[in-house]
Amino acid sequence: MSPAVQAAKRWYWQRISAMAMALFVTVHLIVMILAIRGGLTAAEILGRTRGSLAWGAFYGIFVVLVAVHGAIGLRNMLAETGRLSERALSGISLAAGAVLLVMGLRAVAAVTLGGGA
Amino acid sequence: MRRNDFRARGHAGWLAFAVHRLTGLALILFLPFHFWTLGLALGGEEALDGALRWYQMPVFKFGEWALVLCLALHMAGGLRLLWIEFGQWRGLRLRWIAVGSVLSLAVSLVFFANMLG
Repeated sequence: MSPAVQAAKRWYWQRISAMAMALFVTVHLIVMILAIRGGLTAAEILGRTRGSLAWGAFYGIFVVLVAVHGAIGLRNMLAETGRLSERALSGISLAAGAVLLVMGLRAVAAVTLGGGA
Repeated sequence: MRRNDFRARGHAGWLAFAVHRLTGLALILFLPFHFWTLGLALGGEEALDGALRWYQMPVFKFGEWALVLCLALHMAGGLRLLWIEFGQWRGLRLRWIAVGSVLSLAVSLVFFANMLG
């Protein structure tokens, strides 16, 4: 793949992930606004998420989208500094995406596994 | 800096770019901490509650409000970009930035009010 095609694909995935995340972020904002009322406790959070396939899928997909979107966004920012090679840019952004993906999925597992059915 | 550059940076479009960039960067930097906190639930409810009690400090409450504002602003700015790239529009669309910013601030203030109430 030529660098131009790769750049076009990054642009495309940045937009696709953004479109999907408009929905996820809207839901996340609503949940936060409702959940923060009267303070946040672990029991309250885990009571909602533990054993819930729906919340597990929601946050799991959200994390994947965030990892893709964040990695490409970070790459764009670093590219504009003009100090890094294409290779370095790809290495750093892939590593950042991997960290977000692994930490994010670990967090999803932590709040959804265990508890109810 | 040339005078022309300075004038370009006083434009609402440049400000929108800067806000989108800074909020995106803030969100990327915040996410590992967010995921780490939720991951504490792997060690049980008590471990997660320990961190949540820390976050009761005023500085964290201010931070949470700021992050909600960052998320709302980044989404508003992103929707504006998507509409510019994929939508059908006319005119200078300067009002989009103002409307998106005001709505984002409103969402964050509802969150803040719920946090205190």
